[in-house]
Amino acid sequence: MDKAKTTKKKFDFTKYMALVALIILVIIITVLNPQFIAPNNLLNLLRQASVNALIAFGMTFVILTSGIDLSVGSILAFTGAISASLILGGTPAWLAALIGLAIGALLGALNGVFITWGKVTPFIATLATMTIWRGATYVFTGGNPITGGKMNTSFFFQFVGQGYLFGIPFPVIITLIAFIICYVLLHKTAFGRKTFALGGNEKAAFVAGVKTKKLLIIIYTISGLFAALAGFILTSRLGSAQPDAGMSYEMDAIASTVIGGASLMGGKGRMAGTLVGALLIASLSNGMNLLGINSFYQQIVKGVVILIAVMIDSQTQKNRE
Amino acid sequence: MQIEMKGIEKSFGTNKVLRGVDFDVHSGEVHALMGENGAGKSTLMNILTGLLKKDAGTIKVDNHDTTYASALDAEHHGISFIHQEMNNFAEMSVVDNMFLNKEIKTKLGLVDQKKMRKEARQYLVNLGSDIDVDSKMGDLTVGQQQMVEIAKSLMINAKIIIMDEPTAALTENETAILFKTIRELRSNSVGFIYISHRMEELWQICDRVTVMRDGLSVNTYQTKDVAENQIVHDMVGRDIGDYYPGRHPHLGEVALKAEHLSGKKFHDISFEVHEGEILGFSGLMGAGRTETMRALFGIDKLSSGKIYVAGKETKLTSPSVSIKKGIGFLTEDRKNEGLITEQSLEDNIALPSIDTFRKHGIIDKKAEDKFADMLIKRLTVKANNAQVTAGSLSGGNQQKVVLAKWVGSGSKILILDEPTRGVDVGAKKEIYELMNQLTDRHVAIIMISSDLPEVLSMSDRIEVLYEGKQMGVINAQGATQEQVMKLATGGK
Repeated sequence: MDKAKTTKKKFDFTKYMALVALIILVIIITVLNPQFIAPNNLLNLLRQASVNALIAFGMTFVILTSGIDLSVGSILAFTGAISASLILGGTPAWLAALIGLAIGALLGALNGVFITWGKVTPFIATLATMTIWRGATYVFTGGNPITGGKMNTSFFFQFVGQGYLFGIPFPVIITLIAFIICYVLLHKTAFGRKTFALGGNEKAAFVAGVKTKKLLIIIYTISGLFAALAGFILTSRLGSAQPDAGMSYEMDAIASTVIGGASLMGGKGRMAGTLVGALLIASLSNGMNLLGINSFYQQIVKGVVILIAVMIDSQTQKNRE
Repeated sequence: MQIEMKGIEKSFGTNKVLRGVDFDVHSGEVHALMGENGAGKSTLMNILTGLLKKDAGTIKVDNHDTTYASALDAEHHGISFIHQEMNNFAEMSVVDNMFLNKEIKTKLGLVDQKKMRKEARQYLVNLGSDIDVDSKMGDLTVGQQQMVEIAKSLMINAKIIIMDEPTAALTENETAILFKTIRELRSNSVGFIYISHRMEELWQICDRVTVMRDGLSVNTYQTKDVAENQIVHDMVGRDIGDYYPGRHPHLGEVALKAEHLSGKKFHDISFEVHEGEILGFSGLMGAGRTETMRALFGIDKLSSGKIYVAGKETKLTSPSVSIKKGIGFLTEDRKNEGLITEQSLEDNIALPSIDTFRKHGIIDKKAEDKFADMLIKRLTVKANNAQVTAGSLSGGNQQKVVLAKWVGSGSKILILDEPTRGVDVGAKKEIYELMNQLTDRHVAIIMISSDLPEVLSMSDRIEVLYEGKQMGVINAQGATQEQVMKLATGGK
């Protein structure tokens, strides 16, 4: 009782649960349809995964603080639309991208301000901004896609979503770089430690000198920034900004994070887990497409997988205690 | 009713926490169970009330072998367990709390509020309490909540009531009311098992005492036949002599000076504390000591006043600023404000100093490991390694981890709010010795304590607060409890 639990450094299976699930899934789909592991399909899969993965990286920070960001899909659509219309209007594509990212960061920061200074719970605050920015997107676009014109001729714009570097889709490279940055930020820096501390016990973190409000605002800013980055990539990949782009993307991002072992109660989660979670979700969609499974059924399967993943995780947690 | 437990054994994994405990209690007595944290008191009670299964031994209730299947089963047989952290629902009314799972229903199957209210009121009146049964549980004082818990025990016709540190969070007044209630119930042949860390309560309220140590019942005494020294000796297995190591201060410069601090629950508080000094803050609960220090440290807002650190006026607007100025704050509420219980000792200890481990923006993990190991050793935290979770340690060791945080962050001024609350006797002494070591190194300590002997023995000077006002400062040398208490209760 009094004695400290002995934690031996043995192989921690639970840490790799999501990875094992991913490998099993890959094997099953491959057996059913070997085309799945053809290099072209894998590259395609990675490109499909990248938009969700980017959002999920930002979401991981948020969920670690026991928060949630429902507004990512709307921020994605809003910033995507603004960048697209700037390009149409003659702004250089790289500048349009930067402005989109800046607005995304700003909207994220705004979420953080509502949550900290406004004392609105994250769920409600981001539910509200989700609705606001979706509405703003419709107002801004008049409900029509933004497409054509200079968007078709800008090399930069085309390259971000559709280009290849060393044979690898450029979005995949961006995602990989983003992953490395997020991984280091979360697991190797003081910022990451403070994030974990805040998620573990906000009051204790505050007393220990963590500037909790500032930290939360930064974290929601990161989430907004990544949503905007995903937005620009998606717009480029589709060659147009859709007013209903990113609808329910928050759900896939949350699912990736949770499948990766993060707890919605905060204080627990890993960046690598989130990456695996995002790959798992992308493999499911891609695999079921290959197997010719109707997309309506795909949703059901995805939901079941999320439930199973989280149930296994919480069961093994319990057993360990 | 008579309960007789014999040779009770219990292991968790390889850890044997009960190694043959004998304990008995009967209606109409208050039987105290004393022992350090981890001695096995709670485990024993959990076995009695069916929360845990015993590995060996017998439990006889009125001479029949008995094993209760669950806490509910034990309740049905008249044994009620009032836990230290009362399991009530703060947002629900008193009456709804009392009748939870035992709702009285009308013929239609709906809840009969009227009847429940009437009965609830009756039970409380019988206890001499005038608590409004419609008020929210969370709006009651801890003492009142305890009264409700006792009323709940009586509702199920409890013959034996187990109380785990019932007075830990009570004011003196509330304690007196609780004791009166216990005495009355005792004369109505209710029996009590009374778990407490407060030595003096043995002679105030208990008839017999059983001391446990390391999973064994050491001795059982009639309280009128035993002295405090004997109990302490049984608890720790050795003579710890005086609890208090004594003070030999060498005062340096003024480390911190506060002028006319005012805030929500305190007015015009001024004091100074020197390097190497322990300044005690005494007073009853609600005197404003904690509030003063929280505002000083920047957790709450200060409405007016000036603070000087090392002679320079300083605005301490948030904990992070205070920490940078060399101040540390061990809060009263260890679980909610002191520790992140699910994280490792290392994460906890390094948190206030985490920015100093940055090397090109990246945490130098090796340096951090070393830092944590060094502090764990220096503060004699008993833990297998720095990676175990803070929540897995005993109260005393948790408190040392919090201290390690602040020692590690290089605090020159340490505010300790109830540093030995919920800490067992052995660890208490170690914490006192640590305080002395710190002041030997010119650290200034401000210690808030509700434990009078502690304040008198471990302070150099004592500030006494009463209802948010400063009543006076006493030189601790030669001061008496009566002197302090007089000021603390508003006397002059």
